[in-house]
Amino acid sequence: MSYTGLSHEQRAIMLKAAGAADIDNLFSDIPKEIQTDCISGLPEPLSEIEIEKEMNLIGLNNTEYRTIFTGGGAYNHYIPAVVDEISARSEFYTSYTPYQPEVSQGTLAAIFEFQTMISSLTGLDITNASMYDGATSLAEAVMMGIRTNGRRKVLVSRGVHPNYRQVLKTYAWAGDFDIVEIPLEKGLTDFEKTRGLIDDHTSSIIIQSPNFLGNIEDTKSFSKITGNSETILITAVVEAMSLGLLKGPGELGASIVCGEIQSFGNPLNFGGPYAGYISAKKDFLRKMPGRLAGQTLDSSGNRAFALTLQTREQHIRREKATSNICTNQGLIALRTAVYLSLIGVKLSSLAQLNHNTASYLKNKLTATGIKSVHDNTPFFNEFVIKPRDINRYIFEFRKRGINPGIEIGRWYDDYNGCLLVCATEMISQSDVDEYCDILKEASL
Amino acid sequence: MNVELIFEKSDSGQNNYKLPEWKGPSSSIIPPGYIRTGINLPDCSEPAVVRHYNNLSKMNFGVDNGMYPLGSCTMKYNPKINERISGKKIYSSIHPFAGEESSQGVLRILFEFSEYLCRITGLGGFTLSPAAGSHGELTGVMVIKKYFESIGEKRSTILIPDSAHGTNPASVAMCGFNVKEVPSNSDGDVDFNKFMEMLDKDVAGMMLTCPNTLGLFDRNIIKIAEALHKNGSLFYGDGANLNALVGRVRFRDVGFDLMHINLHKTFSTPHGGGGPGSGPLGAADHLVKFLPVTIVIKDGERFGIDSDRPDSIGRVHSFYGNFSICLRAYIYIRMLGCDGLKDISDTAVLNANYLMSQLKNIFNLPINRKCMHEFILNDKGLPNGITTNDISKRILDYGFHSPTVYFPLLIHGAIMIEPTETESYESLQRFIDVMKTIRKECDAEPEKILGAPHNTPVKRVDTVLAAKKPVLKWGD
Repeated sequence: MSYTGLSHEQRAIMLKAAGAADIDNLFSDIPKEIQTDCISGLPEPLSEIEIEKEMNLIGLNNTEYRTIFTGGGAYNHYIPAVVDEISARSEFYTSYTPYQPEVSQGTLAAIFEFQTMISSLTGLDITNASMYDGATSLAEAVMMGIRTNGRRKVLVSRGVHPNYRQVLKTYAWAGDFDIVEIPLEKGLTDFEKTRGLIDDHTSSIIIQSPNFLGNIEDTKSFSKITGNSETILITAVVEAMSLGLLKGPGELGASIVCGEIQSFGNPLNFGGPYAGYISAKKDFLRKMPGRLAGQTLDSSGNRAFALTLQTREQHIRREKATSNICTNQGLIALRTAVYLSLIGVKLSSLAQLNHNTASYLKNKLTATGIKSVHDNTPFFNEFVIKPRDINRYIFEFRKRGINPGIEIGRWYDDYNGCLLVCATEMISQSDVDEYCDILKEASL
Repeated sequence: MNVELIFEKSDSGQNNYKLPEWKGPSSSIIPPGYIRTGINLPDCSEPAVVRHYNNLSKMNFGVDNGMYPLGSCTMKYNPKINERISGKKIYSSIHPFAGEESSQGVLRILFEFSEYLCRITGLGGFTLSPAAGSHGELTGVMVIKKYFESIGEKRSTILIPDSAHGTNPASVAMCGFNVKEVPSNSDGDVDFNKFMEMLDKDVAGMMLTCPNTLGLFDRNIIKIAEALHKNGSLFYGDGANLNALVGRVRFRDVGFDLMHINLHKTFSTPHGGGGPGSGPLGAADHLVKFLPVTIVIKDGERFGIDSDRPDSIGRVHSFYGNFSICLRAYIYIRMLGCDGLKDISDTAVLNANYLMSQLKNIFNLPINRKCMHEFILNDKGLPNGITTNDISKRILDYGFHSPTVYFPLLIHGAIMIEPTETESYESLQRFIDVMKTIRKECDAEPEKILGAPHNTPVKRVDTVLAAKKPVLKWGD
């Protein structure tokens, strides 16, 4: 297969016009000793018919679970048909970053809508046009904080997603700032220890709410610790759906909110592509990394949109830029805007449905003898349980086509043998009943 | 006409989207103080939402609408079969924590894809974690830092030619290195003598885009590689432009120790209006151990994720990178094979050289030598105060996207043209005709150029106003 379309005659005309005897001649600037004739070791090319069959076969080696109770930063929410339909329009997915606004108003308006919707949900003034993913948006948010107050110590809660903390650690090593972890107390960030760890060098405090264990942090209390000091409170929201039910962290005093928007209309896709974002108070505007779409006028005086404040960015400012980030995650931001337009005001009910289902599951598990580890702590749609034998537990469920949750002992010694269980709107009441029936059936 | 926003179509009670009704018991222990009191999102019917976004899409120009000669960005055709296969639930519904047993198909693709990239570039190993080219670069600079830490040497400078992508110096700065800019000579190659003067024991490495952003293959490249290696420095290749060389040169043979590639440019993944991208980073054998965690390995017939990587720089992505983008690129490689991949670079370079030969007598060509996949014109000698920006806006009127303008910075008023290999002879011809017409208009009807565009969904957009009075959300 090939997607080029020049005939032999056309190639000959073009070579002649370009003053080249043959195609090799066009590559004559390349020293002979490093030229090669062919790539060895690639499989034989396939036709379209063959590749589709081949990919169907390879796909059979994946397990498509009929019910998914797995979350932990990637959530199995329903994707309305409208979202796929719109993002499959090639005017959207085959366009580039909107450098020429006159022919990119579709992308720009959708990003502007995205910025508006996310700002509204997080309760803050400004939001960028999206970033690679949740973890890198957290690292970028922390660096934005460092650029703002010039301090280089960062306190991060152990309730923040373990992978996000690992990414932050990598960026901290590279960018030469210090990370101190705040321990958990009963499944929530230890408030007193946080207070003890803050000093004049603390750039920011990072919590995640709901945290990795599913528990909702008391953002407001943490915002009181930072108060009027220069220390910045950053709240990460990894399960975006929670914003439908819970107050935006900005409303509760966080100065920066960052997070993941996969939940708003984007497939699991084995972890990517997803998209992150940073929302912040407007004082952070000039320090913000990533693209921003802004409103303006065209030469006829009509409203139009354009990428703006580009003097923050790498292609202008080079090594003095606010980040090296070049693109946003345009198509994911578009999907999110479409999703939030369609679900719209019903997002509250949808989030409530998640919470009801998860609460029902938790109570029913308790009744079956498997208690939630943090029984009295508020949660959204995820919580931690401790089965008697985790390996057998996971095995028995998977055997029945159900993915029962994530074993979290690999990240937390004190949660050895524990399972993080999630229930979204994809789980019906009868799915929960089946889940609990299996407990009896397999004597778990 | 104003571009409309979904918020302006919203009115209370229009949203009739039905959700499953919860019939079970409901109990909640969330304190009332945590609960949101209102939700400020659109209230629209499904048909209204669909119509809104369809109408917005018509204000966008994509590769499927016409030629998109945006230099340095490689806007080529995105095969539809990639979209169909990557949308299949057997791929799209796999959870990143599904476990190795449940994701053998996904892991096989990631493993084989890395292997293919090694064969194409000659490098020893690849990480697929970086979510974009710029992210790959940043990861690469981290590897350079880690390498010098591992041998206990303190080096703090990275050399970058003045023709480099802006992301290069920005990535370097994020890792605490100093940037020193190496000038180019008048032929567009790195000024080798200046480079040698700047090369000292503080130089950790050099980042060079190959072919460079002038669309040229640097003829001193082997000498540069040898000098760097002799100095104990690493050679980083910005492989964004691999599409000019795939099947012609293996990057390891050039002497690169590290290199990222942008999957959309060579391997046809869609750009999506600004991502999601994917920027795998390759490393020569001696640097593979420093690559980020989550490398897929094969043990007998089983695929697994290697998390025991003590020398690794650590994690750089929430999960494993943009799997579904890698999946598209994998499909593309499997369909093209060796010959098909070589045809990419051959045809891309032929198209660019042909276009250059036809346009160089119409607009000024600052560097006149054979180009690779792209070339640069500029606005030198245009009459009536017409600038590059004006030309780019007038091109839009004729149903083409504009070339990249004002980049690279070292060419004044650059107009950077990259036709890509998927443009037909007929569309190149049409582009040449349009450029000829525009050049005539510059003399005969300058007002048409200065007031352009005229036929686009909106007229010339005031970007200065956007920056002067930032309005970043509706209602501000």
